[in-house]
Amino acid sequence: MSVGKAIFYQVSDTWEITKRNLYRYLRLPRLIFFSSVQPIMFLVLFNFVFGGAIGAGTAIPGGKYINYLLPGILTQMIMFGGMQTGIGLARDMSSGIIDRFRSLPMSRGAVLAGRAFADTIRNIFVAIIMLVVGTLLGFRFHAGYLDGLAMVLVILAWGFAFSWIAAFLGMFTGDEETAQLASFVIIFPLVFASAAFVPIQTMPHWLQKFAANQPVTFATNAARSLALGTPSNGAVWKLLLWIAGILIVFIPLAVYNYRRRA
Amino acid sequence: MSDQPAFEVKNVAKYYGDVHALDGVTLKAEQGKIFGLLGPNGAGKTTLVRMLSTLSEPDRGSVRVLGIDAIAHPNEVRNVIGLAGQFAAVDEYLTGQENINMVGKLYHLPSRVIKQRSKELLERLDLAKAANRVVHTYSGGMRRRLDLGASLVGRPKILFLDEPTTGLDPRTRLDLWKIMRELVAEGTSILLTTQYLEEADELADMIAVIDRGKVIAQGTSNHLKAMLGGDVVEFELHKIGQQEEALKAVGSIAKKKPIVSEDGLTITVPVNDGSKSLMAIVRELDRAKIEPVALALHRPSLDDVFLTITGTKASAVAKAPKPKRGRGAPS
Repeated sequence: MSVGKAIFYQVSDTWEITKRNLYRYLRLPRLIFFSSVQPIMFLVLFNFVFGGAIGAGTAIPGGKYINYLLPGILTQMIMFGGMQTGIGLARDMSSGIIDRFRSLPMSRGAVLAGRAFADTIRNIFVAIIMLVVGTLLGFRFHAGYLDGLAMVLVILAWGFAFSWIAAFLGMFTGDEETAQLASFVIIFPLVFASAAFVPIQTMPHWLQKFAANQPVTFATNAARSLALGTPSNGAVWKLLLWIAGILIVFIPLAVYNYRRRA
Repeated sequence: MSDQPAFEVKNVAKYYGDVHALDGVTLKAEQGKIFGLLGPNGAGKTTLVRMLSTLSEPDRGSVRVLGIDAIAHPNEVRNVIGLAGQFAAVDEYLTGQENINMVGKLYHLPSRVIKQRSKELLERLDLAKAANRVVHTYSGGMRRRLDLGASLVGRPKILFLDEPTTGLDPRTRLDLWKIMRELVAEGTSILLTTQYLEEADELADMIAVIDRGKVIAQGTSNHLKAMLGGDVVEFELHKIGQQEEALKAVGSIAKKKPIVSEDGLTITVPVNDGSKSLMAIVRELDRAKIEPVALALHRPSLDDVFLTITGTKASAVAKAPKPKRGRGAPS
C-alpha cells in the first residue's frame, strides 16, 4: 500500500470512529444535558463560594475573581472531557466492539484517535457554554478576541493531549470504573496543586516547586495571559512542549496497549 | 489461495498464567465447508477463534488462514475474514444501517458497494424494517443478526462464528442456520463454535471436539456418532412375562443386541436411525399387543461425547445416559 493511501485510510478510519462517537452523544440527550450543566455548576459554585475569599487578594484586571477563575475551571472541565476518552474506550472494550475493530483491516490508531477527536469536539461545546455563562458572570476577554480564540485553542489542545493519557489508562485498565478512578487520581492533584484556582505563592514551598512546573499551571497561565493580556512568562510555549511530549509518549503507549490487548 | 486450507493451526498453545487455554492444538479445515468446533465453556474455543481472527497471538505454534501467516501478516488475514459471535459487537447508539455502513467503511469499500451490500444484507437478515432504528431498541436476536451482517459486509472468504446461537430462541437459531447454509453454498468457509452437538451435527461437515485446550476427537458427524454408538430406544414393560415377546418384536430393528435391565423390565435397543427406528419399534410393539409403561429415544449428547471419549463429564450434570445402566446385566 502506498504511503498516500495509508494516510488517506488513517484519516478516513479516524473520521468514521469520530462520527460514531459523536452520534452517541447526539443520541443521549440526558448526557448532553448533564454535560452542559456540570461546567456551569462548577463555574457558578466556585465563583460565588470562593470568589469572596480568594478574589479579594488577587490582583487581576477588572478585579473580578471570575476573570481569574474561568481559565482555571475551563482547564479542569476540558480535562474531565478528556477523561471520557479512557472511560469510553474501556466500555468499548468490555462491550466487545473493540474486538470487531481489531479484526478489521483498519488502521490501528483510528479507534483511539477517533474517540479523542470526538471528545475534543464535545469539549468545544463545553468551552462555548462556559464562555457564555462566564460572560454573564462578568468575564471579559481583555486582550481581544483573537487572543481569546487562541486561549480556547490551546486549552482544547491540552484536553486532546490529556485524552491520550486517558486512552492509555482505558486500554491499560480495560475497565470503566478503574479508568475513571485512575483519571481522577491524576486530574485532582494536577488541577488543585496548580495555578487553576489560587495563586501558587500561597502554597508550601515544596508544593510550589511541583505546582510551578506542571502542565496544568502552564495551561491555566497560558489561558489567563491570552484572556487577560497579562504576561505569560513563556507559559504558552511550555504548555505546547508538554502537549507535544505527552502525545509523543502516550500515543504509542495507548496504541501498543490497543494492539496487544488479548 | 484456492488450493489452501481455509485455516490451519499447528501445535498452537496459549497460556494465561497456569491456565492452559490451548495446549497443542492442530487442526485443518477445507474451504467451502463448515468446520464445527465443539466443546463446553472454557474448552478453548474462543481462544482459538481469537487467534484465527488475529485478536491474539499464540505462545507457540503456527496459525494460517487461507495460507497466510496470521502472526506475521495479520492485516492480510483481516482482509479475508469476518468475525461474529456470542457477544454482539455492534454499536448501541448507531442504527442498524449506520453500523453496517461504518464496518463497510472500515473495510475500505467504496460507498457505492457499501450501499448495495448493506441493502442486501439488511433484507437477508430480516432487518430492513429496523434499519433506521437505533440498535439500543433491538432485541437480542436482532442484534445477533446485525452482528452477523456486519461481519459479512466485507464478503469474507472465511467466517468465524463464535457460539453464534448461544442463548437465542429456537426460531432465530433456525434462521441463522439457514443463513450459514446459504453462505457455504455461495462458497464461504465457516468456523462454527458451539456447545451443542445437535448444531454441529446439523451443520458441520467436519467436527473437532475440544476440551481443556486439547482436541480430543475429530471427524465427520457420522464418525463421531459411530464412536458413541449412536441412538438408543428404551422402553419399560408392565410385567416380566412380556420380555421375551418384546425382544422378538424389536429384534429386526436393533443394530446390536438389545440390553435388558437387572429387573428385566427395561429394554434398551441400539438403533441406526433414531426417529424411524422409534416408530418401527412402536409399530412392532403394538402388533405384539405390548403397551410399554414408558418409551423414549435417546440421542447422544455432548455429555455422552465426553463420557465416551474422556470418561469424565463435560459438566456436572447428573443425567448419566441410560444405556450404561444395563451394561453387564444378564440379557
